[in-house]
Amino acid sequence: MSSVLHAIFEPGFFSSELTPAAIGGLVAIVAAGVGAFTVIRGQSFAGEALGDIGSAGGSSAYLVPVPAIWGFLAITVAAAGVMELIGIQRARGRDLATGIVLGFGFGLTALFLYLGTTTTSTTGAPIVILFGSLAEISSSYLPIVLALGGITAAILVALYRPLLLVSVSPELAAARGIPVRLIGAAYLIALAVAVALADLTIGAILSTALIVGPAATALRLTSRPAHAALAAAGIGLGCVWLGLLLAWDSYYWPHHGWPVSFFVVTLIMLVYLLAGVRRPNAARARRS
Amino acid sequence: MVDALPGDGHQATETSSLRALEVSSITVELGGRTILDDVGFSLAPGELTGLIGSNGAGKTTLLRVILGLQNPTGGSVRVASAGRERSVGYVPQKFVLDPDMPLRGRDLVALGIDGERLGLAWPSRARRALVQEMLDAVDASAFADARVGRLSGGEQQRILIAHALISRPKLLLLDEPLANLDLRSAREVVELLARIAREQRIAVLISAHEMNALLPVMDRVVYLANGHAACGTADEVVRSDVLTRLYGHPVEVLRVHGRVVVVAGPSEEAEPSHPHHHNHIDVF
Repeated sequence: MSSVLHAIFEPGFFSSELTPAAIGGLVAIVAAGVGAFTVIRGQSFAGEALGDIGSAGGSSAYLVPVPAIWGFLAITVAAAGVMELIGIQRARGRDLATGIVLGFGFGLTALFLYLGTTTTSTTGAPIVILFGSLAEISSSYLPIVLALGGITAAILVALYRPLLLVSVSPELAAARGIPVRLIGAAYLIALAVAVALADLTIGAILSTALIVGPAATALRLTSRPAHAALAAAGIGLGCVWLGLLLAWDSYYWPHHGWPVSFFVVTLIMLVYLLAGVRRPNAARARRS
Repeated sequence: MVDALPGDGHQATETSSLRALEVSSITVELGGRTILDDVGFSLAPGELTGLIGSNGAGKTTLLRVILGLQNPTGGSVRVASAGRERSVGYVPQKFVLDPDMPLRGRDLVALGIDGERLGLAWPSRARRALVQEMLDAVDASAFADARVGRLSGGEQQRILIAHALISRPKLLLLDEPLANLDLRSAREVVELLARIAREQRIAVLISAHEMNALLPVMDRVVYLANGHAACGTADEVVRSDVLTRLYGHPVEVLRVHGRVVVVAGPSEEAEPSHPHHHNHIDVF
């Protein structure tokens, strides 16, 4: 593991990577925690769609002088609202309409990125929007990420029990007086914010990996809902931090300086596969 | 409403304050169609009642009215209140859960305590003990730590019944709990529900399109057809004359090998010759 040694013993890693580590870590915890419920509710498709549409928001932010996070946030929350209104949170049934809308979202992204590169000469924009730029993220994002992450985590904690019941059976939840639609809408907003945060850190195309990947792994490891959310958050955090470490170390590799997002999604997939390997032993643990 | 017996003696002997549920001349119209027309009955604690009717007879609508999820066009529903406790327990029709959903039977039962509240439920010894007590009451301890989505239909029913019972309701409603269960599981669930009704003094209302599984334990029947209801004991209601009046068609009740079969009446001679092919036929 010479890679880890480089990062730890070379001076500079902990000082220069502090901001990415803080922002990436926060986002990973929130995204993966929200993601646990996305997977439980069978809404990973909604997460994917929001992430893709988010690219249009992030790229439009290059045309007006606002941080990309506001572009991501505005469009993911708006898209979540539309999804709630027309009820396309799952792929089944509406896949054609959704596919066309998603295509349109990327079309807008293409336009905004083109306009952005021709008018403001931000040639790196496509890479940053689509694939993220955690390593170069500005520390000015920290307060925004902290606030948005805090709000999202608060929504998730507040909704925990009703959301579980609604996920099990909307009928059962309604019979207990739970406002099923309202709970679903509030959760979708939390998901939209989490997706916007993930878009910012590892890019619009890869954000789903951070939402769904750690959660899917956690579901393989535990059969308790709270444990699954915590495990997902932990796995997300670990993958992002280890990804940053490897990206730092990759300056010593051929082609110098591999993207953080690559390492993060690769680690997420590796952990997911590893969890599958140990699964047969844990399967159907029944007491007595 | 069609009364099985004029001045049903069973009801007359009890004061209304002892009733777990009183449904008074409920009428429900949906989209210009009359789903329920002047339906009334009452349930006493400790009684197990079958809500019988074919698909589309209005069973689910009636349950939704009792739960307060559907406003009736006319009539009223009164549920005995049990102080601060939730007074109606509900088991919805069989649902399909993802087998990988990280939710144990134990967790689902715990959600029955206060699943509608915001915020997290901190684990405590009292909560765990209460959940275990409910799991034991429905003989579900053996599979309480497995994911709910991987349980069999009968096991899921037990978990859902424990979920509904944990808030100590006075009234337990179950929507088609026996659909999709094999005969043995169905019999076990029915016996469990009869025991719960008796021991915990709860009024249990079970909807079913097939009454035979319920016959051995059913104290009373609410039979729905054409939006109308006939109420009473099985012997009072499941009779050719009562059901003929209810359906508005000649209907014959046959008893074959200890099972009840409802077939089209004598005016349609061709039909009654195949009773063995069907447990129960609703003929319109």
